[in-house]
This record gives sequence, structure tokens and C-alpha cells, in this order.
Amino acid sequence: MKYLSNVTTISLTEEKCTGCGICLEVCPHHVFVIENRKASLVDKDRCMECGACMMNCPSQALFVDKGVGCAAALINSIITGGDPTCGCSGDNGKGSCC
Amino acid sequence: MAELKFRNDLLPGKAAAQPSACGCAGPSVAEEKPRWAAGTVSAGSCTVYRVSTDLTTADTWEHVRCRTSAFRESYAVKPGLYAVGNPDKDSDVFVSANYKLSFDHLRAALKGLDGWVLVLDTKGINVWCAAGKGTFGTDELVKRISLVRLNEVVGHRNIIVPQLGAVGVSGYAVRSASGFRVLYGPVYAKDIPSYVAAGRRATPGMREVRFPLPERLILTPMEINPAMKKYYPWFALLILLFFGLQPSGIIFKDAASGGLPFLGLGLVAVLAGAFITPLLLPFVPARSFAVKGWLVGLLSIVLSLKVFRPADPPDVLLLAAAFLFFPMASSYIALQFTGSTTFTGMSGVKKELKISLPLYIASVAVSIILLVLYKAGHWGAP
Ligand code: SF4
Ligand code: SF4
Repeated sequence: MKYLSNVTTISLTEEKCTGCGICLEVCPHHVFVIENRKASLVDKDRCMECGACMMNCPSQALFVDKGVGCAAALINSIITGGDPTCGCSGDNGKGSCC
Repeated sequence: MAELKFRNDLLPGKAAAQPSACGCAGPSVAEEKPRWAAGTVSAGSCTVYRVSTDLTTADTWEHVRCRTSAFRESYAVKPGLYAVGNPDKDSDVFVSANYKLSFDHLRAALKGLDGWVLVLDTKGINVWCAAGKGTFGTDELVKRISLVRLNEVVGHRNIIVPQLGAVGVSGYAVRSASGFRVLYGPVYAKDIPSYVAAGRRATPGMREVRFPLPERLILTPMEINPAMKKYYPWFALLILLFFGLQPSGIIFKDAASGGLPFLGLGLVAVLAGAFITPLLLPFVPARSFAVKGWLVGLLSIVLSLKVFRPADPPDVLLLAAAFLFFPMASSYIALQFTGSTTFTGMSGVKKELKISLPLYIASVAVSIILLVLYKAGHWGAP
């Protein structure tokens, strides 16, 4: 299942990449492959902006505007002006996302 | 079977194995024996509980309640170190959230293995959620490693963290702060035995988050509940008032005859958005959840108009209002499901909201105008 195209904010600075392969390990949607000892984004549109790759890249070669892809959280943040966080613990606990 | 086992374990070791008198009292040993503990194991200078790898009926009941109700806090496991089987200094260490459901999946998956389970304090929230919030994160992991004195419990310096935890855990940062190397295990606990057997190697399949039908189905109560509780009562009240309101006051008969078809269509819209759309997610055309929900809503309304006929003979204004409002309602509810999926990113949802929120507001407004026109026409010509 794929979501909207051309919206993800993931980007890779190739010069910084050492080809360690950690991003391949943590990405749950197979966004990366290693080509010529460098990571490369093969399927950007699959990225769900979870931020796992950025969090674990030892060379700071990755950037993504990480956040919850959750309408309720985003609507709440529009209304309250706060940061979008999902109410996992509160009264609208969700099962798998946020 | 499991119940029996834990009772047997309770009797002989009761005095000797009270796991609290050691120097590491505190988070790694619970004062009260959990229901699912099966004896104790010594871990370095401490004693920790061994967990049963068999889930009981009581566990299953808790899972059902976890999935359907919102009181997640009550399903938390005490953070700290636990044992599975008969682990020693060379055994693997698996990290878990302290959400009972996550913890149960892990211990059931570890059946037949010997290992340690390090439960982080994620406030009773699952790995995915907690990692997003940062409670399942580098700091908590580093802190917990030192609290349970993991360096005395095992001789090696590896810990196996569920892959989805990578959203909150930074492997290289954990290593420099604690000396332990983070190995990312499979996404799903059930793959752990094959991961371990393959020398702690995950196949690409184990690294992928899927969103199959059973999982989508299990999440739908979380969509139907809030829709029925938050929106439907107001909708019902307004509809009944609207149809009941006559020049001579509120007439119950009119409220019922005019309002009931609309209440029925409202239920159809909720089901379309909160149940049918999630269920048929991959088969509904379009990638946008708002569009998916609208399509399913439209189709459901067309099909159910035979049953719930707004006004007889059909009234153009009422039909127009129904076709405008209900598919939109379904679309709005379907959009909420982005919160439960495993593949929708923030930028995409933002884009959807930017386009759809104004449309939702406009269609509600136009529907209300249509209803008012209908009412005005009826009052004008009795
Ligand atoms: S984790 Fe960073 S350095 Fe390693 S391969 Fe990926 S982008 Fe390159
Ligand atoms: S943000 Fe998440 S989904 Fe996107 S590339 Fe990184 S790890 Fe993969």
C-alpha cells in the first residue's frame, strides 16, 4: 500500500554517507538500497516520515521532517496551535500508529 | 497449564526466592509477584522474575480490552529486567515496551528460548507509539541498562531492540553512552526465533511493516467508537429536532418519520468510513484516504437509499443534502484512520487536510442551507 506521491521530506546527503547500511536495517518500508557503497533512495514515496533512519545514521547523512501521519493529531494541533501529538495514552488511544 | 505451572513455582521457593533483598532492589524486581511470573532467576547480584511464555485466558481477555477500550494505563508491566527460560551470561537481551500487549507478544514469541527481557518504562504505551513520542528512546534505554546493572548480568555487550523502536532509539548514541551495541530485531515479535536462529540476522521480509486485513480489522473498533460517541449523538439530536420542529411545536411523529431515514444514513456513513474503508483499504481506488472514504461513502449511501428513503415521494432538496453530507462524513471519518495505519506520513496527511477541511466545512454549510430550504418550502405550503 502506498500513500500520496511526492510529499515526503526525506533527503540524503550523499557526500556524508559512508554506506554503513544502518538505514536499510531500520527503515520499515524499504526506502533505501546500497549502490556503489552509498545509500540511495529507491522508493521515496513509500517513506512514512517516521524518522528512524535519521535517528540512527551515524554520519548525519539523512534528514526527514519527522512527525505523526495522523489526521486527528494534526487537526488538534491546528485547533490548539500546539505540536501534533497523538493521544496514545489518553482517551483516544490508537493501536498501532502514534 | 500455565496457571498450574506458576502455582507450583510459587510454593517451594516462596521464602528463598522473594526477589527483593538484593542491592538492586527497585525497578528490576517487583514487590508483588505478577500473575504471569513463573519463578525467579538470579541475574548478576539480583534476582528477577522468570516470565511464563504461555498466555492464559486472563491475558487474552486483557488483549481484547486493550484493543477496544481506551484505558491503556491499566495494562502496564512494571519496567525492569525479566528472564525467559534459564538464561545465563551469554544469553540474548530483548528490549520491550511496558505495554502489556507488546510484552505478551514478546514473551509468547520467546517460548523455548533462554534470554533476558529488559522492559522500558514507556508509560504503558506500545513500541511504535512510544518511540514516536520518545518515551521508548535512547535516554530511557541507557537509564534502564544501568538501573538493572545489565553489564553484570551478561558478559556480552549486545541488546536486541525491536526495529520499530529505532524511531526513538539512536543506536550509536546508546553505544557511546552505555557501551551496549543495539541490534535491531525484526518488526514482529513472532519472527524472533528465526532471527535468533539465523545468527541475529533479519531477512528483508522481517524488516517490513505490513498492514494486513486482520490488523486493519482489529483497529476498526477504535474508529467506530469515537465516531459513535463524539459525533453521532449530536447529529441524531439535531436531525430529530429539525424534522420534529413544526409551526405548532415539536411533533414527535414527524421527528420519527422524517428523521429516521437520516439517522439510518448517518449510521451507514459511520460504517463506510470507520469500518468498510479500513477493511477494503488496498482495494478502494485512489491513494488519498479522504477520497477513499468519500467513494465508499457515496456507494454505501446509493445502496442504502432503498432502505432509508428520506421523504416519500423523494424530495430533491433532501436527496441533495444527503448526497452532499454523508459521503463527506464518511470521508472525514476515513481520514482519521491515517492515525492507525503504518504507512501514512505527516506531509501527506497535511496535504490531505489542507484540501479536504475547507470542503468538509463547505459541504456541511450547504447541506444545512438545503435542509432549511426544504423546511421553508414545507412550512410555506402546508
Ligand atoms: S545510515 Fe547513513 S551513513 Fe549509513 S548507509 Fe544510511 S545514509 Fe549512509
Ligand atoms: S523516515 Fe522512516 S520510512 Fe522514511 S526513509 Fe526513514 S526510516 Fe524509512
